Amino acid sequence: MLSIAAMSDAAATGSDRLVKLMVIATAAGAFSGLFGVGGGTIVVPLLILWFAYGEREATGTSLAALAVIAAFAAVGQALYGNVEPLEALIVGLPAIGGVVAGATLQQRLPERAVSLMFAVLLVVIAVELAIP
Amino acid sequence: MSPADIALAAGMGAAGGLVGGLLGVGGGVLFVPAMVIFLDLSQIEAEATSLLTIVFVAAAGAWRQRGYDNVRIRDGLVIGVLSPIGVAIGVVAANAVSQRVLELSFAALVLFVATQLVRRALRPEAGRSPAAGTAADP
Repeated sequence: MLSIAAMSDAAATGSDRLVKLMVIATAAGAFSGLFGVGGGTIVVPLLILWFAYGEREATGTSLAALAVIAAFAAVGQALYGNVEPLEALIVGLPAIGGVVAGATLQQRLPERAVSLMFAVLLVVIAVELAIP
Repeated sequence: MSPADIALAAGMGAAGGLVGGLLGVGGGVLFVPAMVIFLDLSQIEAEATSLLTIVFVAAAGAWRQRGYDNVRIRDGLVIGVLSPIGVAIGVVAANAVSQRVLELSFAALVLFVATQLVRRALRPEAGRSPAAGTAADP
């Protein structure tokens, strides 16, 4: 298990930090369960705004978290018989190529540009959701 | 499922992955509509299948970002391991309120977050000072 004690030793605000990580985890998990997404739209901005992560660190750490969150959520949905492996492959294989390319491309962009692009993504999602 | 539909779905998958790698999200925002529109899945099937896709896409992206030293693996795993409570809350809440209420509340939230990010990005250095979180990782 991950060492909570080590986290407390490392920072005077260890318990505060753990509480914030729990809030991020719960919020991201809830949005994953609600909308069938990974929860990265929650994880990335909160790591930046609450923990002063750099943009690249926030996105890299978010991806690690999403792999675990989506695994829990996918298992839950699989119990209901909703997961279709063939369709997952059709979309997922090119997506794996895309994510590697995207992460590589991101290293060449200024961090501020990543933040602004993320904000644009959020606005697009909001508009799409708000329009019936 | 015609070959053209499969090609279009694969193209949206690649685009979703690209956005995911650039911005640290799973890409579900594009995967779900790709599966509904081109692969004839229902909304719930598409959301469920999107989650399975995200597992592998996010893992590949995290592996790549790890190579660039951009992953704080402990924080990422703590968030992941603590998420099932939220996942359960989300599933229950999704069934308790109308889909429209969900969409509008999510829209309001992401707009608020976007505002915060833009304000932070446009501010010179004030929002970028190291905080407790930065010092806590070796």
